[in-house]
Amino acid sequence: MSGWRPSASIETLKFRSNVFRIVRDFFYQRGVMEVDTPALMPHSVTDPYMDALSVEVCGQKAWLQTSPEYAMKRLIAAGSGDIYQMSKSYRRDERGRNHQPEFMMLEWYRLGWDHHQLMNEVYELVAKVTGINQREMFTYQEAFIKYLSIDPFSSSIEDLEHIAREQLGDLPNDLYRDDYLTLLFAQKIEPVLGKNSIVFIYDFPTTQSSLARLVSVSNSAKSEMRAARFETYCHGIELANGFWELTDVQEQKQRFEKDNKMRNEMGKTLVDIDEKFILALEHGLPNCSGVALGLDRLVMIADKKPHINDVIPFPL
Amino acid sequence: MASYSTNDFRNGLKIMQDGEPCVIVENEFVRPGKGQAFARAKVKYLLTGRMVERTFKSGESVEGADVMDQDMEYLYTDGEFWHFMDPNSFEQVAADAKAVGDNAHWLIEQDTCVVTTWNGNPIAITPPNQVVVEVTDTDPGLKGDTSSGGSKPATVNTGAVVNVPLFVQIGEKIKVDTRSGEYAGRSKE
Repeated sequence: MSGWRPSASIETLKFRSNVFRIVRDFFYQRGVMEVDTPALMPHSVTDPYMDALSVEVCGQKAWLQTSPEYAMKRLIAAGSGDIYQMSKSYRRDERGRNHQPEFMMLEWYRLGWDHHQLMNEVYELVAKVTGINQREMFTYQEAFIKYLSIDPFSSSIEDLEHIAREQLGDLPNDLYRDDYLTLLFAQKIEPVLGKNSIVFIYDFPTTQSSLARLVSVSNSAKSEMRAARFETYCHGIELANGFWELTDVQEQKQRFEKDNKMRNEMGKTLVDIDEKFILALEHGLPNCSGVALGLDRLVMIADKKPHINDVIPFPL
Repeated sequence: MASYSTNDFRNGLKIMQDGEPCVIVENEFVRPGKGQAFARAKVKYLLTGRMVERTFKSGESVEGADVMDQDMEYLYTDGEFWHFMDPNSFEQVAADAKAVGDNAHWLIEQDTCVVTTWNGNPIAITPPNQVVVEVTDTDPGLKGDTSSGGSKPATVNTGAVVNVPLFVQIGEKIKVDTRSGEYAGRSKE
């Protein structure tokens, strides 16, 4: 039996270790403080499509964090300034070529920055680690028009369903408008993004805003609202997701309630809202942008490995 | 029959779709950004061989199909059914023309075949990759030509027609690859 050996080679683990060192140097040189918030917290996220793992700790229910976002924002509200964190994050039922239920997340926040300034910094870090020095920028709308010849904002749900079925074969019958968009994006756009470049997609539909603030964008005559959210792609893989953060506590509460309403519709259990996170927002979250980047995937791209199991020692 | 969640999906898993038994041939987990996660699968309908690309919501459950592959010995055909026997239990099953299909050409008595059953009834027969058959008819005119050049059609004892090298004669035993239906050499049997 050789089943005890790591799935990643020792060479790749050395490479991975070097990537971690580059990341820490990068932030050290820029005066961003490293923090380490707990993997176990008493609350989890309300995201309708995110399933967290819970455990019993000292007779109390605790959640393995799906990302360190709420804890890091509490630190920022308490006056930490710019911070970053490399931490194991956990999601139930996520396993595949680019997914593991436990994975390494790099998350960082920049005070006083908008999402465009943060995109510049994501580019600089990814370029440094991968050696790729080409950058492409598309709005969400431009990407759909360029790769699928459809407008994600003006197309009707019937049009989207028609195109999705044409492109992807048989689909479940009860999909939401955003399901067609995200599925088309993941299957028909993402795989061709960033063959030899670092690609940013920004200005998402407001229905996919998550924790991003809404901004008004003007195109020709009219102005429309978009989520100040971006995603980074390289070698056909989603690498990072960032927001110009929502700081409005009332709107944040409404979004949590909307998430829970959606969870209810989908027959999922409701998630208790993290009151300490809400209190931190009430106290005041400074204007900031934040991004979460999959470090395992960054290693995959930089070391040209096709599967996440090739870059971590012991996959589940 | 058990049901499976998309988390159990793997290649070779047998599931029910539209009331028909299917096998998963390819499976990929898709998690777009912050959106709904999906399982994208390529599904083969076992009764017709039809391939379909199908997307399931992650966590959705599907009914399993009671489909089994079993090694059985081919006994004989009565013209309507092909009869197979489990060499351990001596239990017999009869497969109809739909289950046997074109593989009827490659069924040799006493050969071990894979019999695929659904709810106990045969739905597909897979003969051995190579079978030995006897040439019953072929053009004899080119005797003596051993060059590797051309080929000619030959009818064999199972009724199939196989392209064979020119030197193969009536009464000879030859090996045939059942997956391609191609000549695979002379048999020493």
